Amino acid sequence: MIAILIFGISALTLLQFFVSYCHSLIAESRGYELSEQGREISGITSHSVRGDQFRRLLQLIALCPEPGGDNRRVRAVSLYFGLLGLVRMLFGWIEPAVARWIESERGGCAYVAAVMLDRRIANNRVLMAQQMGTEL
Amino acid sequence: MGPVDYLLLLADLLVEICCVVCLLKKRAFSQHFTIVLYLCASIAIGIGRYGVIAAMGFSTDAYKYFYYYSDALLTICLYFILMNLYAHVFSEMGISKFVRGGAMLLLAGTAGISYYMVATSTDKLVTHFVYELSQNLYFVGVLLTYLLWGAMMKLRENRTRLMQLVLAMGVYFSAFAGSYALGNVYPNLEVWRYVCHLMVMWLPISWAYTFLKVPEDARMATARVLAPNR
Repeated sequence: MIAILIFGISALTLLQFFVSYCHSLIAESRGYELSEQGREISGITSHSVRGDQFRRLLQLIALCPEPGGDNRRVRAVSLYFGLLGLVRMLFGWIEPAVARWIESERGGCAYVAAVMLDRRIANNRVLMAQQMGTEL
Repeated sequence: MGPVDYLLLLADLLVEICCVVCLLKKRAFSQHFTIVLYLCASIAIGIGRYGVIAAMGFSTDAYKYFYYYSDALLTICLYFILMNLYAHVFSEMGISKFVRGGAMLLLAGTAGISYYMVATSTDKLVTHFVYELSQNLYFVGVLLTYLLWGAMMKLRENRTRLMQLVLAMGVYFSAFAGSYALGNVYPNLEVWRYVCHLMVMWLPISWAYTFLKVPEDARMATARVLAPNR
């Protein structure tokens, strides 16, 4: 009985801590303004990024060489995105407010992916410029 | 014990060594001494576990004793980290001494309650005691982390590094408390062996990320963590 109680409480706190941890990763990117070049390459036209753009942004990130160490963040946010998809599938139809909240969270995940892509593009441009400079 | 177990054991060790290197590289040794202490203890215990497996075998009682007692020891090291985080959060209030005393009392209380629970049960096995102790220690860890997180929200703590460290601890404690409780309900669930190895990697990976990517002076509004799309 005690074990079941501990399991129930732990599962709930795990969910809350994990969601908050992902929020802290998302919030960190919110302050970053996407560059025009980054927007153009990733095909983002409006100020906010929609949740359904997340997968495409991940594909673009995979194509872009990694500047170092941000893969863990991509994985954590991807996991959170997947978790949100599961919640939407299970509970999204019950209450429209839940679906709205999930969509805004998925948009946050997509924004993180867009920021990471933007940083990678900027980093690669710098590397390319350096390489061209040394060749000349 | 198959090649997957050995591979995961090795991966745990490598991740922990990398995290220690990151901490030393970022000169966080003195400020977060307890984290380095935990990682070093975990590396030493990982090597010890490998030694016991090689000498005695995986399915022996000796390995079980070593595994559970070393796990309880690591959980106590995690308590020290938690105390350190409490001290950081309440540094301006000057109540670190009370926090330390309270945490020690809680630790002793948890061990006492676990012993009492096993002593009153029909099978008074020492392995059962240490399993119960680990489960309870992790659960008390969950409660303490939750309390700390609540206090941070109330005090509008805005240090990003501190927030991520506390949240990572919360995820780890909750995952292990849940997994131990599930192990109590379903003792023969083999899949948890692999899940545990993966969960062990969570703390060093998240710490390494925090120390490498989040500058010490980075600040974040508390409300953003509660609702990032505001």
